[in-house]
Amino acid sequence: MAAATGDKAKAWLLEASRIVKRFGGLVANDEVTLRVAPGEIHALLGENGAGKSTLVKIIYGSLQPNAGELIWKGEPVAIANPAAARDLGIGMVFQHFSLFEALTVAENIALALAGPYDLAALSERISRVSGEYGLPLVPSAVVADLSVGERQRIEIVRCLLQEPRLLIMDEPTAVLTPQEADQLFITLKRLAGEGCAVLYISHRLEEVKGLCHNATILRHGKVVAEVDPRKETANSLARLMVGGDVHAIKPSHADTAGSTLLCLNGLNLPADGPFGVALKDVHLNVHAGEVVAVAGVAGNGQGELFVALSGERTATPGDAIAMAGSPCAGLGINARRALGAAFVPEERLGHGAVPGFTLSQNVVLTRHSGKDGLATGAFVDYARATRLTEEISRKYDVRKGKPDPEARALSGGNLQKFVMGRELDREPKILIVNQPTWGVDAGAAALIRQALIDLARAGSAVLVISQDLDEIFEIADRIAVISRGELSDAEPAGAMTTERIGLLMAGAHEKARQPVAEAV
Amino acid sequence: MRLYLEKRPEHSGAMAIASPFIAVALTLVTGGIIFALLGFNPFSALYLYFIDPLTSLWSIEALLVKAGPLILIGVGLAVGYSANVWNIGAEGQLVAGAVAGSMFPVLFPAWQDPTVLPAILLMGILGGMAWASIPAFLKVRFGASEILSSLMLVYVAQLGLDWLVRGPWRDPKGFNFPKSVEFAGWQVLPVSPDGGVHLGIAFALIAAIVLAVVMAFMLKGFEIRVMGTTPRAGAFSGFSRSRTVWFSFLLSGGLAGLAGICEVAGPIGHLQPGISPGYGFTAIIVAFLGRLNPLGVVVAGLMLALSYLGGEGAQVALGISDKIAHVFQGILLFYILACDTLILYRIRLAIFGRAGARQ
Repeated sequence: MAAATGDKAKAWLLEASRIVKRFGGLVANDEVTLRVAPGEIHALLGENGAGKSTLVKIIYGSLQPNAGELIWKGEPVAIANPAAARDLGIGMVFQHFSLFEALTVAENIALALAGPYDLAALSERISRVSGEYGLPLVPSAVVADLSVGERQRIEIVRCLLQEPRLLIMDEPTAVLTPQEADQLFITLKRLAGEGCAVLYISHRLEEVKGLCHNATILRHGKVVAEVDPRKETANSLARLMVGGDVHAIKPSHADTAGSTLLCLNGLNLPADGPFGVALKDVHLNVHAGEVVAVAGVAGNGQGELFVALSGERTATPGDAIAMAGSPCAGLGINARRALGAAFVPEERLGHGAVPGFTLSQNVVLTRHSGKDGLATGAFVDYARATRLTEEISRKYDVRKGKPDPEARALSGGNLQKFVMGRELDREPKILIVNQPTWGVDAGAAALIRQALIDLARAGSAVLVISQDLDEIFEIADRIAVISRGELSDAEPAGAMTTERIGLLMAGAHEKARQPVAEAV
Repeated sequence: MRLYLEKRPEHSGAMAIASPFIAVALTLVTGGIIFALLGFNPFSALYLYFIDPLTSLWSIEALLVKAGPLILIGVGLAVGYSANVWNIGAEGQLVAGAVAGSMFPVLFPAWQDPTVLPAILLMGILGGMAWASIPAFLKVRFGASEILSSLMLVYVAQLGLDWLVRGPWRDPKGFNFPKSVEFAGWQVLPVSPDGGVHLGIAFALIAAIVLAVVMAFMLKGFEIRVMGTTPRAGAFSGFSRSRTVWFSFLLSGGLAGLAGICEVAGPIGHLQPGISPGYGFTAIIVAFLGRLNPLGVVVAGLMLALSYLGGEGAQVALGISDKIAHVFQGILLFYILACDTLILYRIRLAIFGRAGARQ
């Protein structure tokens, strides 16, 4: 296999040389140089905000650099737009897919191809290419019916049809089950074996170690190292990314479970629209002192479970959900907060916080009601909100450019620390979090996970909905898996393996419950 | 050379204040050009239009009379627009308020004691609210666009008024003119003798101050701003979208109704077709020019009132149509919306193409 290391005479496929990209005062890429050889799987590592996406967007033509040059097969090129990149032979699979759910696989692919097409011939080509690379796809399937893993295959096949020389993959495994990820790795290795280079962006260091030949590590917009990940440890890679040691999480697990603080007793919730997921007969108990994690692949009802728990959507009967012993399925979010619950949604900006509001105004968002509420009578105590903001920022290390910036000016990690801190500061009896460290850098993630564990150890019940298995194993005492709106029984984390979770993600528990559901 | 529009990291406070001033300045420049094209000296024409009305006590009173309804309606709309509820039909709610309030003087002309005026004003408010509740209901229940339904109801209200004053409510002693009986005695809003300043102006100021307090310090104001920008975060905060729609419509409708009945019970003195020179529509511009801030609306209301007076002045002195007022109002709204882009974006001029990437 053509691993590229240090050979100067090497014919590089792509050389991005001294790339500079500025956004206003922020230098997202500062003289970044990246070289990729044909047939190489090259990892691009870095924390959030390190400049990975910017660099990749420049290579794919969706951004133009302020300085520096791109050399493709030895020739300097200007890549004006993604179409030009595709013409050169650069394909990209984005983290967020751009597919029309109501169309079929073949129709979606046809839309991306230039010029007229023949759907029958195209379907035949799709079947052939997808079969060759171990990415089984049915061209006539409607996208809405497909799993996230299958949707990603469409994006990959779409790129492969254009016979790329360089395939860029942006965090491809973030949405896959472990089994699906293994399948993807086989495909990528095979592609590399045929001489196609892969530029692989990921946070998952173990994955990079196992898959990639070379890694370029970015920090604050600069290249800090170029290493062979196979010779590094996950820890040494993380140190390079963060520029210091990452705190290890204290893995203390609860030994005695306290009283049941959160009880889901046959929760049903109809789907919200044609592409929503219905929750079916969900049972779960979360006790004082423990962290229970709900694993699952994106889009299997996690969002629905969260809004059902928070009270943004109410359910019947009233006792389908009980918090601190009180039935509350029919109560709104503030009534549930009054019962001692706190919630942190997946989407920080736009759900957990208002982008255009300052932090002190965003504190009011979840804390205006109740006995310690910021709204006394009809008036809001903004002075206290400002003090609270300061307190939360200090306690949870929220770094901000000025005392009270707008939420949208904060980086993802800092905003998540703030949103999390806002809820933790109330010392909730029940905390329900969806994707606590999604898109958050390693340092902030460690701090947030530790805070979740500490809260549970102090006697609260913590429910974490997450798609990150490493995170789940790090913090959870018990693990349940959600698949197509059905939740498996929560099992002790020690007894769970990645394989078992993978099977549950694929719906192993759904069939097991089938007879019961029919009997009812 | 290229112009870039760059997103700012957060919105610029300085630009939020400067934007209406830039818009006014650009409107004046454009207005000057229009006058020049019409063959007038642009400077003297602009002076006549914008400064001359401020030089006599009489015209300053006239300014307040025109500003009153604009502010009263504008503050209500500003709150609604902050909540992302688009009541475009304030003109219709104004008419509905005027009609509802006129019920007592027309049907019970004998009711003459100090309680009748408060009852008339209250009916005006309720009339505006009732008319506004139609688009609110359609929006909440069926998801119908409130922009269309509230706008269409304007014409229904105006035609309804027309029918009333030509038909059942026509003054039998009115020489067949389409008008109702004159309001009399206790039914008339106190009006100053020559300039016509009336209580409606005081109502407008009170409404502006109260709503400024609500928006800045009260939970209701917080709710409105959250629901207006980020409804999902609003739901997370425990606020209800339907409640916001209802509140916005009832508030802006009620204030428009009050403005309507103040016109009828004050300067006009009777019901007739054409009780408003489009106050309900102009108030939309007032709300935006005032940055959707109730106190800003007071300033903006005075300015738009000036554009009406200037239009009348231009008609008399220059012999051009007073529709010039609408032209100025339209130009102004256009520039305000354009300048608002600068609050969240900045313009960058790149003189050497792509910053020398290829050199």
